[in-house]
Amino acid sequence: MTGAKLDLDRATVRRARTLARRAGRPIVALATSHTTVSVERAVLRMAGVVGADPDGIPWVNRLVDAVSEEVGIEHGVALPVWDALRQFNGRGKQADLTELAQKASTGGVRFRVPDGREADRARAAARRQVGRGIAVIDRRRRERESLVRRIGDAPRQPWIYLIVATGDIYEDIPQAQAAARAGADVVAVIRSTGQSLLDYVPEGAPRAGYAGTYATQENFRLMRAALDDVSRELGRYVRLTNYASGLCMPEIATLAGLERLDMMLNDSMYGILFRDINPIRTFVDQRFSRQVHARAGIIINTGEDNYLTTADAVDEAHTVTVSQLLNEYFAKEAGLQDWQLGLGHAFEINPDVPDSFRLELAHAMLARELFPKAPLKWMPPTKHMTGDVFRGYLLDGFFNLVGAMTGQGILLVGMMTEAVVTPFLSDRDLALQNVRYVLDAAGNLHEDFHPRPGGFIQTRAHRVLDEAVELLERITDEPGDAALLSAIADGTFGLMKRPPDKGKGYDGVVRQAAGYYNPATDILEEPAP
Amino acid sequence: MTSQMTSQMTSTESGRKIVRPYGDTTGDGMVQMSFTLPVPHDKRAEGAALQLAAKMGMDPAMLVHAKAMGPDFTFFVVYGQVTHLVDLAAVEVLEREYPLQTPREVNAQIKRLLRRKLVVLGACIGTDAHTVGIDAILNIKGFAGEKGLEYYREIKVVNLGAQVLVPELVALARAEKADAVLVSQVVTQRDAHLKNTREMSAAFRESYPSGQRPLLVVGGPRFDELATADLGVDRIFGRGTTPGEVASFLVHALAHRKDR
Repeated sequence: MTGAKLDLDRATVRRARTLARRAGRPIVALATSHTTVSVERAVLRMAGVVGADPDGIPWVNRLVDAVSEEVGIEHGVALPVWDALRQFNGRGKQADLTELAQKASTGGVRFRVPDGREADRARAAARRQVGRGIAVIDRRRRERESLVRRIGDAPRQPWIYLIVATGDIYEDIPQAQAAARAGADVVAVIRSTGQSLLDYVPEGAPRAGYAGTYATQENFRLMRAALDDVSRELGRYVRLTNYASGLCMPEIATLAGLERLDMMLNDSMYGILFRDINPIRTFVDQRFSRQVHARAGIIINTGEDNYLTTADAVDEAHTVTVSQLLNEYFAKEAGLQDWQLGLGHAFEINPDVPDSFRLELAHAMLARELFPKAPLKWMPPTKHMTGDVFRGYLLDGFFNLVGAMTGQGILLVGMMTEAVVTPFLSDRDLALQNVRYVLDAAGNLHEDFHPRPGGFIQTRAHRVLDEAVELLERITDEPGDAALLSAIADGTFGLMKRPPDKGKGYDGVVRQAAGYYNPATDILEEPAP
Repeated sequence: MTSQMTSQMTSTESGRKIVRPYGDTTGDGMVQMSFTLPVPHDKRAEGAALQLAAKMGMDPAMLVHAKAMGPDFTFFVVYGQVTHLVDLAAVEVLEREYPLQTPREVNAQIKRLLRRKLVVLGACIGTDAHTVGIDAILNIKGFAGEKGLEYYREIKVVNLGAQVLVPELVALARAEKADAVLVSQVVTQRDAHLKNTREMSAAFRESYPSGQRPLLVVGGPRFDELATADLGVDRIFGRGTTPGEVASFLVHALAHRKDR
């Protein structure tokens, strides 16, 4: 969809972005001056450390813990680890990092922070080895680009996004392939609900997730391979989505890059607000993970729909806009391009509210016009799905219609059995018929649809934008060096108060010391080859 | 499978109230259902669907829609008359055992009973991350036009949010001297809601002297409201429960406890 239909005031739009930048900049300063256990583990994963001990704790965790105990991680793990590796191998051995991790976990390795020439040598070795991992991520990206070229891309926008979630990857695979054959352009494998709070990434292909399937490197690989098969069969590249959010964002982002996932749920504040993860941990992890996504050519999906499931979708519509603006700022700062910004929003207004459809249209058009080049992610109703599946089916039809009329990039298919059961095969089939009917019947309606100047829709969109600017002003007026952190602590978002020194994973956050070295950040912040 | 029943009284005999589903005429027994069979769509598949309908008590059954879903599955919609009767006198449900009260009445009762604020701890436990239910009951915003428990002047609400571990919940209940613990469970895969609830009630039983633990209340769309003894809790709330119902129950149970 092209052309401005809402007649938004350009100065107000500029002001909104300026405020988002002002709110975000101190957070970036925080992110570049701290590191976390997960960032350091991601570095080791890029360097090729794989596997887990007999208790299922990955060797990257063991190695980072060992370094942390002896010398701390404030210099980064690269210096002590590659220094130890050189000394270890200097005694006539040819050990790799995984062996070093195994040795270290039983106390068999002494770590120190090298300086002078020894530090130079450790830095160079670390950079070489991490560089090889990033080269794999680059190769995966080129592989995707060439597959899309050779096989073909999704036939139209919005891309149709379907979810599978059985808990068992070997059950997910046939379901995902069936979804693709039925018309899905994007398949998302929902994660086991507990996973976002695990401070490690499980190994292998565990077969018993709760309400979802564990995100592991092996599961990523299995599903991507299965979708490659079905992509060739169908003559269109079917994209794969998983979830970065949680305590292991940097590592999951790395694994996703290594296994050629195509999209990742990655929101700047979701973990803080909805999972009670420490704010600083989240922002540090988020920046690193988004740098990896930028390099891997992965499209991020942000989580603004979550605000509307806990708050009122009319009163709090502007919080979605504010979150989108912040997500955009953080994403671009981390190197993501417009085409990689699947900014989220949702159809969650109570259908009993008069003019609810016009309000939804106004909100969706506002997002479209504020972010004209981003593939917006349009999320279906969940909160007002009552169990009356017949009414729910109608609501999903109206949701699809807004999607068609406002040129959304990614359309998550709504299920009439939302909040009732895990969707049946038939629910998915009916839902896809619903989408296809609406897109075929009204897909080009946006050509004819121009809201009346000064009418209901324009007025509403202007008001939401004004409220977003007001909220951003309130946030940037908060006291302290990082006003956004104070705002989060005050309960500005979703009524949840999240102070910067509380929350899960805080003990894994460390301020960088002088001489901190991270070979991954080093490479990722150079211009891509 | 979805099925829809509308009922209408048809006969009464010696305290029994017999009804049949209502389509468009009293006593016609008409219902509608949909389901999928794992067979390709052909004549035999349609016969199989009718066979299932007959075994479910639909006679006659009309197959009104059949559609292939991929090469291996067929989706059916069937309308038909069920032969079954429903005896209303034999229906067992949990009738509300307490009077509904307004927030003002609840506040007054708490003042009288406790002479301090009532402390309510709320959480989603285990792996469940769906806070919709607990938030609907606790947040000021509330649900179905009723304000949540945070709105009650005499109730102190501590909402722990999602994925709270059971030991953490017990420890916080002790630290906060909670009078009641509200737990919401939405995820039901592999019966997680039942397992989590039993684990929670067992932990409270172990940690408190008998008769002194806080009131334990669970809620979620898939619980059987009659299963309190089995799950070791004081009350189970199902789909559509409002904050007012929960608040009224809490003061009722509290008064009841004091009486004992």
